[in-house]
Amino acid sequence: MFIGKREKRKVLYWLERRLHASPLIELALHKRVPVHKHSVWYYFGGISLLFLMVQIVTGILLMVYYVPELASAHASILKINSGVEFGWFIRSLHSWGANLMIAVVFIHFFSAYFMKAYRKPRELTWLTGVVLLVLCLGFGFTGYLLPWDEVSFFATKIGLDISSKVPVIGDIIATMLRGGTSIGQSTLSRFFTIHVSVLPILLMGLLSVHLAIVQAHGMSEPSDFTKQEDEEKKYEPFFPDFFFKDILVWILAGNLLFALTMLAPWGIGPEADPFAPAPIGIKPEWYFLAMFQFLKLVPPMIGPIEGELFGILVMTIFAGILAAVPFWDTGESKLKSDLATALGVITVLFMVIFSVWGAMS
Amino acid sequence: MSDEEIEIIDGDKKIGRATFVKTAVGGFALLWGGMTLYPVYRYLCPNGEEDASSKIASLDIGKVSDFPAGSGKNFKFGSTPALVIHTTQGDFHAFKAVCTHLGCTVQYRKEKNKIWCACHGGAYDPDSGKNVAGPPPKPLMALKVDIVNDRVIISNA
Repeated sequence: MFIGKREKRKVLYWLERRLHASPLIELALHKRVPVHKHSVWYYFGGISLLFLMVQIVTGILLMVYYVPELASAHASILKINSGVEFGWFIRSLHSWGANLMIAVVFIHFFSAYFMKAYRKPRELTWLTGVVLLVLCLGFGFTGYLLPWDEVSFFATKIGLDISSKVPVIGDIIATMLRGGTSIGQSTLSRFFTIHVSVLPILLMGLLSVHLAIVQAHGMSEPSDFTKQEDEEKKYEPFFPDFFFKDILVWILAGNLLFALTMLAPWGIGPEADPFAPAPIGIKPEWYFLAMFQFLKLVPPMIGPIEGELFGILVMTIFAGILAAVPFWDTGESKLKSDLATALGVITVLFMVIFSVWGAMS
Repeated sequence: MSDEEIEIIDGDKKIGRATFVKTAVGGFALLWGGMTLYPVYRYLCPNGEEDASSKIASLDIGKVSDFPAGSGKNFKFGSTPALVIHTTQGDFHAFKAVCTHLGCTVQYRKEKNKIWCACHGGAYDPDSGKNVAGPPPKPLMALKVDIVNDRVIISNA
């Protein structure tokens, strides 16, 4: 059935009178994307969004069968993996999707960093992005425990023990998260609640702010692009040019996810036994590997402070300096700009080298 | 007088109406917020009551012959994981199997003759529980082993 032009205009008019959406449509139609040799990095925010949507849908589906109870958690994942039709598929999408999402969010983070997209007036875009990255890691950490297998048990144990080393508040936070002194039902319940309700609300709220500011400022332009003469600058409209490219990239990213899910469906380790020794060769997820390897190398005591605390302190200060980059690299000083780039390169090198080292040792 | 902030009457400082209202609203907001958040905080605090079964003073873990010389075995001691080692010299040693680094559960590795933590490669001496390699900052907490009527009895040291 076709709607005539007149009817269509009537419907649009009816909606406009009620929604007052025309300024937004206007904004969307005028949104344009700078075209330059680094344009490819613009896609990574969008890919993160795609994977986030996959996580939400598959997460809701998993909740239908998952039971957050000590005696049933592991069994319910086994059931999803082998007893429910396409259960393995949904769970693998969720697990692979989580990993890909973290990888893409890291790429998005570093591309914004190296293109210096955090500078005025985008400081808040940057900061909300940093918090969103932390939330993503929080999703990873809390979700990891839920299958209640051997590795997830010890990963949680280590993670909480690390946070308990933070002076003054560390112990309170760890005990509150753990729901007591040892990991058990309370921990599982708390992690489940955080994973499926607290973090999603925070993420959705903050993401809305992040995306709204991005729209308000338009796409960030790297300095070699802004230096060009106005006539030389090339732009393409977001609708439809960039939008269709975005869709294409989403299809490619989706296909990568499907391929990984099909070729390497996510398994599950033996059920956690809180009294069994940690299995030989245990390792955290790849995105915590660099930190893991670093903490392994720190000696037990550095002067008067415990090595662990020293390690956390060093990493926190470093992360703090990176997160605060818009406030010290404002673009007025060449030296500070180069320093920011150098710091980023060091961070990436550290993460890559220590992750590979951690994986191989 | 700016915005009636401070009114000076007979040399005394009097608070203006605007300041009074601002302070009162702020104060009540804090009070009300605290009154609401405190129960939530207490609600989320784990209650300290431990399971009665997790508080034990001693435990019979089996016959001496269950533990061949040069071997170690993990077991549950109340609410903590523990480890008993029967050394090649014939001595029994027991420790809480909680790594002093980040709390992973340690195990005895015969080929290295060390107590080993798989998480970050910490190693302890199987006789004394002393931290000898890797990141652990302290020795393992020792438990007492008694052999009574050919049975291995573990108790708090």
